[in-house]
Amino acid sequence: MGLYGRRRLANYVMVSLSLAATAFGLLFLVFVLGTLLKNGVGALSVTLFTQATPPPGSQGGLINAIFGSLAMTVIATLVGTPTGILAGTFLAEYAHDSRLGEFVRFINDILLSAPSIIIGLFVYSIIVVPMGHFSAWAGSIALAIIMIPVIVRTTEDMLSLVPNTLREAAAALGAPKWKIVVTVTYRSALQGMLTGVLLAVARISGETAPLLFTALNNQFFSTDLNAPMANLPVVIFQFAMSPYADWQGLAWAGALLITATILCLNIGARLLASWSGLER
Amino acid sequence: MSLSLATRSPMPPEEAAEPTAAESPLPVKVQIKDVGFRYGKFEALKGISLPLFDRRVTAFIGPSGCGKSTLLRILNRIYELYPGQVATGEVLVDGMNILSPGLDLNLVRAKIGMVFQKPTPFPMSIHDNIAFGIRLYERLPKSELDDRIESALRRAALWEEVKDKLRQSGLGLSGGQQQRLCIARAIAVEPEILLLDEPASALDPISTQRIEELIAELKSDYCIAIVTHNMQQAARSSDYTAFMYLGELIEFDVTERIFTAPRVKRTEDYITGRFG
Repeated sequence: MGLYGRRRLANYVMVSLSLAATAFGLLFLVFVLGTLLKNGVGALSVTLFTQATPPPGSQGGLINAIFGSLAMTVIATLVGTPTGILAGTFLAEYAHDSRLGEFVRFINDILLSAPSIIIGLFVYSIIVVPMGHFSAWAGSIALAIIMIPVIVRTTEDMLSLVPNTLREAAAALGAPKWKIVVTVTYRSALQGMLTGVLLAVARISGETAPLLFTALNNQFFSTDLNAPMANLPVVIFQFAMSPYADWQGLAWAGALLITATILCLNIGARLLASWSGLER
Repeated sequence: MSLSLATRSPMPPEEAAEPTAAESPLPVKVQIKDVGFRYGKFEALKGISLPLFDRRVTAFIGPSGCGKSTLLRILNRIYELYPGQVATGEVLVDGMNILSPGLDLNLVRAKIGMVFQKPTPFPMSIHDNIAFGIRLYERLPKSELDDRIESALRRAALWEEVKDKLRQSGLGLSGGQQQRLCIARAIAVEPEILLLDEPASALDPISTQRIEELIAELKSDYCIAIVTHNMQQAARSSDYTAFMYLGELIEFDVTERIFTAPRVKRTEDYITGRFG
């Protein structure tokens, strides 16, 4: 076999291996999504959105869990987004090469990869234990803490992509630094930063472990942020492990809802990102 | 601070720093005096002294890395955005040393506009691009603001092309239009000095020609300093030329003399293309 033949063979082998690896990964994804669709679609019904979680053996829905997940995600986003964006701005615009900046970036990276159950335990010990009970506040804060490092990271990355010439051009006009950041760099990086926020929302909307230790669960529809609150991940966790078929059905439906939501958030993030690509 | 260098008066020959333009009965707008620049241990500029005359174009030429852009970036202190860069000496604008630390930097920059090599439109509408600079200094009623924007765009020879799409993004313009937008943005603030850092090097020949025509027009109102790699451009559009090499000013003279009878051998070698 000549040199050419050997190279062709090597190429063939490598392409086959890559394809096999891709197929291996996709197989499980398709398998998971397929099972979810098969079991989840059958369990979907209008009562999901009208009734609260039932006791075993009776009819019910997920409205308390849907509301709880939405409420805690919204509060976490309201807390986490400004904090994350401001911290990311600090890193990218003010402390880019400084010691403090490096330190904060390092800590943030650790927080980024911290297991979410640790964050749940942390919030449990600083909020749930002193308050004496589980609460939606604690759940929201745990979710915000998971969210912040993601947003810090994406904000910093997106701001760093803004060319320095743009900052120089604004500075050359005599704009003070804060004005440059707010009116020029934020605008340039806006889509990327929003994409980061959306991805962070997607990330927390499926988190279970931190909520187990903080918001726990609630059988009833509750809007009291000072009390335990139902939420989809914990309901899924609890119902899926139960021996009751109707609870298991609700767990499938809840899982499908979360997956669909995350899918939508991801598609939204992609659209935002590609839209920003067109703009430039 | 040497206030003896009165503005708008002929530069007395004995005060002129070496090297200097031979005879110059023109008002000096900017007097660069013994300016040095370093970042870290690297000395990028050494003892640069020369005048920039009002209502004249001064071109800075020299091989890459000779410090011509660096010098330009000292004139509005834009280098200060990056810590670790230090400029020494004096830059007297109308007799006032703008390198002195106590100065209101943003007011200095209001007087000195700058246009960069790559067009830098802000990610906002054409209208807002121009309004950005104006709003930093003045609160104008809408009609007056619009007038200012129109006149800036007219001066930058862009009005006819964009008058119907002022609300569209400045990023949608062509490279040459973007650069003229940046020039309009700079002059909308009504500066007295314009610094152009290779303003046409990223543009096609036709856009380049428009920029050069624009420079010739703007000359009647501003003191212009232009850095260029394009020798023909320097010869065509400037009144004075400074040749720099390795962080030093080798020769400064009226453009015609630099390009026809340079006094220094190295200048001649450079403009005839023997090195650089």
